[in-house]
Amino acid sequence: MSFLLSILIDGLIYASWLFIVSAGLTLIYGVMRVLNMAHGSFYAIGAYTAASLVGWYFNHDELPAFGSFAVMALGAIAVGFVAGLVTERGVLRFLRGRDEVVMVLVTFGLLLVYEDLIKFIWGVQSYYASQPYSLLGSTDIGEINFVNYDLAMIGVAGVVAAVLWWSLNRTRQGKLLRAVINDRENAVALGINVNRLFMATFAIGAGLGALAGGLSAPAIAVNPGLGVEVIVLAFAVVVTGGLGSVEGALIGAVLIGLARAAAVNLWPEAELFVIYGVMACVLAFRPRGLFVLDSARKI
Amino acid sequence: MRAFDKTPLAIVVATTLLLVGFFVFPAWLSLMVVTIIAKALVVVGVVVLMRSGLVSFGQGLYYCIGGYAVSLGEQVLQITDIFVLLALAMAAGLVAGSILGLLMSRYREIFFAMFSLALSMILYGILSRTQSLGSTDGLNIVQPTLFGIKLATQQAKLLIYFTTCVLAALVTYAVHRYIRSPLGYASMAVRDNEIRVEYLGLAPKKVFYSNYVIASVVAALGGAITALNYGHVQPDMAYWSQSGEFIFIALMGGTSHVAAAFLGSAVFETIRTYALELAPDAWRVILGGVLIAIICFLPKGLWSLTQFGKRSGSSDWDRVVDEKDST
Repeated sequence: MSFLLSILIDGLIYASWLFIVSAGLTLIYGVMRVLNMAHGSFYAIGAYTAASLVGWYFNHDELPAFGSFAVMALGAIAVGFVAGLVTERGVLRFLRGRDEVVMVLVTFGLLLVYEDLIKFIWGVQSYYASQPYSLLGSTDIGEINFVNYDLAMIGVAGVVAAVLWWSLNRTRQGKLLRAVINDRENAVALGINVNRLFMATFAIGAGLGALAGGLSAPAIAVNPGLGVEVIVLAFAVVVTGGLGSVEGALIGAVLIGLARAAAVNLWPEAELFVIYGVMACVLAFRPRGLFVLDSARKI
Repeated sequence: MRAFDKTPLAIVVATTLLLVGFFVFPAWLSLMVVTIIAKALVVVGVVVLMRSGLVSFGQGLYYCIGGYAVSLGEQVLQITDIFVLLALAMAAGLVAGSILGLLMSRYREIFFAMFSLALSMILYGILSRTQSLGSTDGLNIVQPTLFGIKLATQQAKLLIYFTTCVLAALVTYAVHRYIRSPLGYASMAVRDNEIRVEYLGLAPKKVFYSNYVIASVVAALGGAITALNYGHVQPDMAYWSQSGEFIFIALMGGTSHVAAAFLGSAVFETIRTYALELAPDAWRVILGGVLIAIICFLPKGLWSLTQFGKRSGSSDWDRVVDEKDST
């Protein structure tokens, strides 16, 4: 029983992390039809920013330790937001309306560029920012010990999901965004300023990616190549859930999170295999993912 | 009337020059030529798929299958003959491609890209966790033989080089003919509008399927040559960044001619070698910048530079592609 419980909790922790990474990716795709490979870079930028900020913060003894969470998260979001804004204004806005696959390649180019820029700014050494990780202590559930920081990730993912849902469904800007997601041409015809929405969406999506990086920085060693590892995982999640759908990303993250946790506990060799196995199984039966956005047939 | 096809002549000339080149080139250059050709073979497959509008983000799957087929052929089946090994790799690519092709030919656009990515990552996951297949360290490959004759190192290099060049020439010619066959032209029609093609009585699925299988076989051949050339295979051959590199090269060269894959591969390898040497900290910036610049300013790839001013000489079909892509 406790074995199943540990799989469940492990899975939910991993799923929360996956969801925060993928939410921004799927939002950007839904609105702009850009499957953004550079999302991995935003994740890495967030992780590095958070690691640097935490390092700086804990060198000042007079500051309250719990403030590090706020500094870490807000710093990561802010830097990700700016990076997203620069990317959208500097490159992507000139490539509007290009084929989706071409945009994947453009952002692949951006990913390569960012990889080196990150190395240029932060160097090649590993960063450790583990202080916040142990700050919250740990809890025994059944016979297994869980770090509270990891458990808190589930809460953070819940908050992110709730805020996204609320702003998409209950605010004016969110409704405009949904109009663009559902039917871009009609939205433009009705006078929605798509240009501004694209800019905002990309920046917010990038901020979310950076937040995910910032939050996971205390739990890992922040290394070069971080973004590259993350992006294909996030792809698996959003494709499983259905590209462009935030609910889909949530379901996809939970599915893949649980499947991976089960694999890690029962059959460790299959860890990598299982993530893409889930994606392949879902695509085999639902070729466009679980939550599908309608697309017009070209006749 | 179709203009006189200069491609076979060009292939013969280029191959002869390369074969003679071996005796002139320094060792590193002939090694690089084999690398370029091996990668270009995979890219030929990517180009064939791209012509029907499919971008495979998982061509590394077959590249890796080809490489491992060579290695396992040596270790398990005790085969060392270079031709048998290459045939084995192509057969492995053919079998895998014809089975997976049944599934893959149902997918289009970004879903095809992502599904192929998933498949190659599954193979990567399996290989890197399987101890008996060498795990992440991969497997070694001993020097191949020719009709049972053991060769000296220099002779083996010559053998690999010559085999690569000749096979590449044959593949290039075959794919060139395929692209100019009714099925090949149907690829472009399918890319334009699949439903209309169906109304006209063609089966788009058949087009996708045959393109997919061809791409798998040439990718496996490319992987096998790489394996023989380096004497080593590792799971990274199936990693997504490897597949990304193939698409990168395909875009760089362009998709209007088979030979564009070879041009793209040569330019890519050169840029990478020099970028790595001159700016070891910034070579990704250079590569990424080149990729974005090509997409923005040369959407038909470097090959379109060679077509400058030749537009009247090209066939009607080429012009159709030109017009479509420029819009």
